[in-house]
Amino acid sequence: MSWLGVFLLALQTALGFPAASYALAATGLNLQFGYTGLSNFGMVAFLMMGAYGMAISADRGWGIWVGFALGITAAVVLALLLGIPTLRLRADYLSVVTIATAEILRLVIAARPSADLTGAARGIGGLSSNLGFFKPNFIPEGSYGIGDDFVFNSRQLWSMLVCWTLVLLATLLIRAWVRSPWGRVLRAIREDEDAARALGKNVVVYKLQSFVIGGVIGSLAGAMIALDSGSVGPARWIAPLTFALYTVVILGGAGTVWGPVVGAVVYWFVLDFADGALNNLWFDVSDTTSGAFRLTLMGIGLMLLMVFRPQGILGNKKEAFASAR
Amino acid sequence: MPDDALSTSAVATDPFADVPATPGAPKPDPILVADGVRRRYGGLTAVDVDHLELQRGVITSLIGPNGAGKTTFFNLLTGFDKANEGTWTFEGERADGVRPHHLARRGMVRTFQLTKALGRMTVLDNMLLAGRDQTGESALTSLLRPLWRDEEAANTERAHELLTRFKLDALADEYAAGLSGGQRKLLEMARALMTDPSLVMLDEPMAGVNPALTQSLLGHVTALRDEGMSVLFVEHDMDVIMTISDWVVCMAEGTIIAEGRPADIAGNDAVIEAYLGIDHGNTTTGEIR
Repeated sequence: MSWLGVFLLALQTALGFPAASYALAATGLNLQFGYTGLSNFGMVAFLMMGAYGMAISADRGWGIWVGFALGITAAVVLALLLGIPTLRLRADYLSVVTIATAEILRLVIAARPSADLTGAARGIGGLSSNLGFFKPNFIPEGSYGIGDDFVFNSRQLWSMLVCWTLVLLATLLIRAWVRSPWGRVLRAIREDEDAARALGKNVVVYKLQSFVIGGVIGSLAGAMIALDSGSVGPARWIAPLTFALYTVVILGGAGTVWGPVVGAVVYWFVLDFADGALNNLWFDVSDTTSGAFRLTLMGIGLMLLMVFRPQGILGNKKEAFASAR
Repeated sequence: MPDDALSTSAVATDPFADVPATPGAPKPDPILVADGVRRRYGGLTAVDVDHLELQRGVITSLIGPNGAGKTTFFNLLTGFDKANEGTWTFEGERADGVRPHHLARRGMVRTFQLTKALGRMTVLDNMLLAGRDQTGESALTSLLRPLWRDEEAANTERAHELLTRFKLDALADEYAAGLSGGQRKLLEMARALMTDPSLVMLDEPMAGVNPALTQSLLGHVTALRDEGMSVLFVEHDMDVIMTISDWVVCMAEGTIIAEGRPADIAGNDAVIEAYLGIDHGNTTTGEIR
């Protein structure tokens, strides 16, 4: 493969559905972590709610809208169940509880007794045909793009269109929120919640609101992933996905409106470019090696970013350094 | 204004004329009344206050040696810590067991010993945050800007007024973390005023501040009283206390050991003992043989 091909293939992922779904999930996480300072290390659990809400609805023949509603409801319930007991406590408790809950939920979903509902380890397939996600697709069959490496088929374009539209809507909503006095209270809580309390703000309620809204956006991302891939299994919803979302948020700039979008695009471009480059060398690199190596590269990249640009790509340098007292 | 209102105002007559200088003395017009407030940490009783009344419209200072329980008492009154026992009222209404943000909305605002300037927010945002009952602070109405635009403009105007008064107006758009220690103290006081309080509780506002700024902070504290607010502040520096207090409450080992006008306190044996240690008479000054 030519180096141009490697570049174009990476660009395809960076503009395609993978980046769109990560951008959506990261937008939710950014509200929680970037604006409110909530360390939710179980973001993947909210994606799981959305994905399985959609899958279970498809399985029972309830349709796509019930699928979204089911996922959103499950995300709200999960956020309240996790948030009400832990958001009153110190920040560390939320991290521990969320990371453990995400893992427990994944194991419960994969366990044999859950098979009737979740399909256990096999998961649930045939989603798109049951739900008709691609039915409204007006894009004619065929492939679109440049050359052989930067091409999308009509179904891919439809997924991209729907998911990037959701990203845009979610981002505009968050933008309106964080620029309002409501968003100002969230930022105050991130800085010092006792100060916010002393000024008459009901800190727990604000944290819960931020946690629920971020979780619902995460569940939408999960639902989109389920719709795009057409099947849902438990193997995908592991803790490293949460950490990838943190990478996206920090890369783009935590607490910035467009940070998650930029972060997701850059994340997927770097990851896939590294992958392509490793396979394009003069000697053979096995898949497992390149898979591990690209994550190593991502880690090094993130470290360099923290050293030289801790505010992320879009972050305001003055604001980031303001926290260093 | 009717004549009798003028004659009973705090400035015109001494509100403490008939108040005895004894711990737990009743005040003519108390804004805060505390009864039997106790806070224990294991075997240690950090706060053990039988009765305290704070007079409205004056500056009351809470003094005492390190570890006397001043800040703990402060935290209890403002809802930041939970008392094991005790009741207290603020403006005649029950205030124990009430969460801090409710007390703040009722007009009891506090500052912290370690300044809590919100670093990654601008000075102006720090001020605007403190505005009371903002429509735009609800998750739903915040999305409809026309509902809160006027309110925000009014708050911004008031914030600028207060910043000007505290000589921070030039820094309005700077991040609060960029301010010096003294400026942060000023910002915290200005921010507290933004909540339209009736009782301002300052926890060591002069700690770690240079003498010139101390004078300016003192001026601001006096101005609060002159505008009709009640002030309770914790302080170590005796000179500061003697200069601006109308009434002094002295704590030691969790209890109130003395109360009175600054002049009463200056000569109070219990206070001197608490600060300087127990006077053992001649034995401690005797020659070494």
